[in-house]
Amino acid sequence: MKWYSKLVLPVLFIVAWDIAATLINNAFVLPRVVSVLAIFTTPFEDMFSFGSLAENSIISIYRVSLGFIIACVIAVPLGILLGRYQIFEDFSDGLIQILRPIPPIAWVPLSLAWFGIGFAAIEFIIVIGCTFPILVNTIDGVKRVKKSWIETAMIYRANEWQVMNKVIVPAAGPAIWSGLRVGFGIAWMSVVAAEMLPGTTQGLGYLIMQTYGWGQIQVVIAGMVAIGIIGVLMDLFFQFVQKHKFRWESLDK
Amino acid sequence: MTDCDKIWVRVEHATKKFSTRKGEIVALEDVNLEIHEGQFVCLLGPSGCGKTTLHRMIGGLDIPTSGTIMIDGKVVDGPSPKMTMVFQEYSLYPWRTVAENVGLGLEMNDIPAKERLTEVMRELKLVGLDNFADSYPYELSGGMRQRAAVARALVTDPAIMLMDEPFGALDAQTRNKMQRELLSIWQETMKTILFVTHSVDEAVYLADKIVILTPRPGTVHEIYEIDLPRPRDRTSVEFAHIRKSLLHTIEELEAGNENI
Ligand SMILES: Nc1ncnc2c1ncn2[C@@H]1O[C@H](COP(=O)(O)OP(=O)(O)O)[C@@H](O)[C@H]1O
Ligand SMILES: [Mg+2]
Repeated sequence: MKWYSKLVLPVLFIVAWDIAATLINNAFVLPRVVSVLAIFTTPFEDMFSFGSLAENSIISIYRVSLGFIIACVIAVPLGILLGRYQIFEDFSDGLIQILRPIPPIAWVPLSLAWFGIGFAAIEFIIVIGCTFPILVNTIDGVKRVKKSWIETAMIYRANEWQVMNKVIVPAAGPAIWSGLRVGFGIAWMSVVAAEMLPGTTQGLGYLIMQTYGWGQIQVVIAGMVAIGIIGVLMDLFFQFVQKHKFRWESLDK
Repeated sequence: MTDCDKIWVRVEHATKKFSTRKGEIVALEDVNLEIHEGQFVCLLGPSGCGKTTLHRMIGGLDIPTSGTIMIDGKVVDGPSPKMTMVFQEYSLYPWRTVAENVGLGLEMNDIPAKERLTEVMRELKLVGLDNFADSYPYELSGGMRQRAAVARALVTDPAIMLMDEPFGALDAQTRNKMQRELLSIWQETMKTILFVTHSVDEAVYLADKIVILTPRPGTVHEIYEIDLPRPRDRTSVEFAHIRKSLLHTIEELEAGNENI
């Protein structure tokens, strides 16, 4: 499959959208493609006093990055511990299995109750959202490290720290990384959803909700497109690292 | 071999039982074995007779249910610095280069990088991989990977080398070549080797002493000394004669055990 074949459907989609918009002829329901594109040509222009597209994007990216980093700092070491020592996993598995299926948005009322409206509540939702995929992938990756790899280290009388550092972490690296990739995707969805809550004052979710209230559907769609583009770019970054840093995983037998 | 030789490995009344869902499996029963300094001993037996289990217990990766295993007069309670192991499956770390893999044992003992490199290159030269120091394991053929594994085993200069069917996954031609090379490494480095195999041909080609295990429960059936001069000629009459008699023994053992 050539790279440009990936573009066929999106192009058809845009054409269909524009035809539909022309037929409907109502910008409050479906604006023309050009009116959305126009917003991308002036990304720094203030949108009806709700801030510019670029500004709100950067706020969202900042929020998601912070929450994601906090989740990594918690979930990766914890996952290594739980994956390596069965006893910890036996203890915590029940709790993890129950908490894991709860969608991040279900935590909204609690996070508002605990942290009030604002930054901390949003961060909490992001952290909750991406901790579990990172944790579960890390545990799984550590548990699947080949026994003969660990035993090889033991033959040379490696201590526990060396086994962790030189065998388990590099061997589970690809699994941990794919957990980060999934986790970031969820974090990105969570931040936009959290920003749609009443009381927020910035971010892409905020921009979408507020301009919707003003009937500016072209801004709503521009915001959605920005979410999609940023999501894809981040995912490409994760894939790029996966391909280069963890090349061995796909090539080893 | 005389009695005053140093005994590196001594197995006394070793029994190993595994409890599984289907009940208890007696993998090894009352195994007795001695390996003298500089010997090349082959552990021969059909698949499932407990060769890997014995290999792992001597290596300190597993403990016998009863009986004792000693290396250099001390009871084994974990991997000994005097021995090293080469596994049946490829066990190189795929995220490390060949040189980084070979240096593993030195790295674990905190030998500085510079000293490590000298040692690593020496072993790589010995196994003929000096041009592949910076390659990754997945860039090597099966034979080259096992050569790297042998280099990794040799780098800490252990007295005893335990090898579990290291050439089992290789094609016949590569396998013969590796056997030849292993013998010349053995002669050059004066190691004591315990080599596990299920191939009679391989055992007759390599060993000073062949320990034949019976299947289930595994126990020593016979110890067979071979004093054919090396390099051995697989097509010679003597070789064929020994091989034939061993094959016969193994076949009888297998026939006496229906559930294998
Ligand atoms: N960890 C284990 N748990 C249960 N049974 C085992 C285990 N390891 C080996 N066995 C059993 O012990 C017997 C001997 O196995 P093994 O030592 O691998 O034989 P070989 O290397 O000669 O093929 C087999 O019947 C095998 O199923
Ligand atoms: Mg085996």
